[in-house]
Amino acid sequence: MDVIYILWLRQMKRYVRSRSRVIGAIGQPILFLLALGYGVGSVYKKAGEGNYLQFLVPGIIIQTILFSGVFWGIQILFDKRFGFLKEMLVAPVSRLRILLGNAAGGATISLFQGIFVLIVSVALGFRPDNWALLPLSLIIMLTLSLALTSFGAGLASIVEDFQGFQGINNFLIFPLFFLSGSLYPLTNVPTFLRIMSECNPLSYCVDALRYSMIHTHHFSLALDSAVIAATLVVCVGFAVNRFNRIQA
Amino acid sequence: MANSIIKATSVVKSFGDVHAVRGISFDVQAGEIFAFLGPNGAGKSTTISMLTTMLRPTSGELFLNGHNVASEQDAARKSFGIVFQDPALEEELTAYENMQIHGVLYGISRSEQKSRIEDLLKLVDLWERKDSYVKTFSGGMRRRLEIARGLLHHPKILFLDEPTLGLDTQTRNLLWEYVQKLRDTEGMTIFFTTHYLDEAEEVADRIAIIDHGKIIATGTTPQLTKQTDTKTLEAAYLKLTGKTVRDETSLSNNGLNVRTARRNQRLR
Repeated sequence: MDVIYILWLRQMKRYVRSRSRVIGAIGQPILFLLALGYGVGSVYKKAGEGNYLQFLVPGIIIQTILFSGVFWGIQILFDKRFGFLKEMLVAPVSRLRILLGNAAGGATISLFQGIFVLIVSVALGFRPDNWALLPLSLIIMLTLSLALTSFGAGLASIVEDFQGFQGINNFLIFPLFFLSGSLYPLTNVPTFLRIMSECNPLSYCVDALRYSMIHTHHFSLALDSAVIAATLVVCVGFAVNRFNRIQA
Repeated sequence: MANSIIKATSVVKSFGDVHAVRGISFDVQAGEIFAFLGPNGAGKSTTISMLTTMLRPTSGELFLNGHNVASEQDAARKSFGIVFQDPALEEELTAYENMQIHGVLYGISRSEQKSRIEDLLKLVDLWERKDSYVKTFSGGMRRRLEIARGLLHHPKILFLDEPTLGLDTQTRNLLWEYVQKLRDTEGMTIFFTTHYLDEAEEVADRIAIIDHGKIIATGTTPQLTKQTDTKTLEAAYLKLTGKTVRDETSLSNNGLNVRTARRNQRLR
């Protein structure tokens, strides 16, 4: 356990000591919140859908966790490039513990960033329907953080360099985000969009979070929970499998 | 042999069609300073990766301090410390924190960690800078920190992969002085690779030369110079390995690049 703690601590220290990373990561979601929340807000209201900011915030929180989680998961790529990975691989410690320590650190950071965006949303006028359900929201956010950081760690063993990482971001992560119902309700979209969104695990995470915050949902809660749990298991399995294959 | 602390028996490593190491055997005695030399693409790095448990041999056996590297991985890992060719430090942490992580990874108790970290950082003259971030360190300082770190768990064997590459003369001198002192006072076994044969001639007790995946010569410097009828280790080496320049490509494999083969294997 000491090993997992010290690797977790290492990630936390790296995060806290890099101010630009902290600001940069939060910048994009807040930009979305402001631009879309206020920009599209009035149009949305006119279309009879209500308060867009309320609808949008859970999606933006998921966005934060998505990008942050994958980014921190992929930190292992940096370790590979800049050498620290070798120090870990050569130590008398199981690969699983190394992965868990790094993933726990990344997940904590993503969760923290998600919470920070939530706080900013509240400052901008967002109000959850029921504050008592906040712990549930946090659990959903934590589960997603763990899943996505693991996913990122798995990806890191496939991607060889930073260019590959950019590719993954553009062709996988962004589409996952835009097709998850984060930015628009899935009720009246054209069929092809609806089908793609239904195949996207992230849609169910957004749905669950939205339900815990503003009590609207598109899918059934049971389905959401099942998908979230399955996603976590698959992502962690993926990460462990890929990580065990690394031969530095 | 009675006191072999490192032993390789018919070790083979192939990456698909690329045969990086083709059946090598050697042994290193406890307390020896052993130089492992060879041109680029000869199989040196691959051998070191296998010895340090980062790669698994295709066949053959490797023993560190009596532990089989494949079946008793963790016990083997505790037997050695390594200073890699490319730095493996966490730049955004302090020197002290880097040492701490190593301490935890190797299961050293908190109290032991404290005293050992202090002793070792003082030994390599970095105690004053223990709370500085490693990213502020020069190349020489980083190498010294890595040596201190590699010794933290009191290993019996220290692997040094091109330890003086890129270092100034004073630091090089200091480094070999520490290394020899370690051997003299602690009986530590040192296994190193280098392209600086004058250094190898100066410090090594015994030498092995690998080329095209096979060991082509082993012995002391006098033995090798006698064998090749030359005057220095460098001359002996050049006679044994030829004067053609090698680029990381193993010529005997139709130019297949070992590094690319390794990278491809990583993806599988």
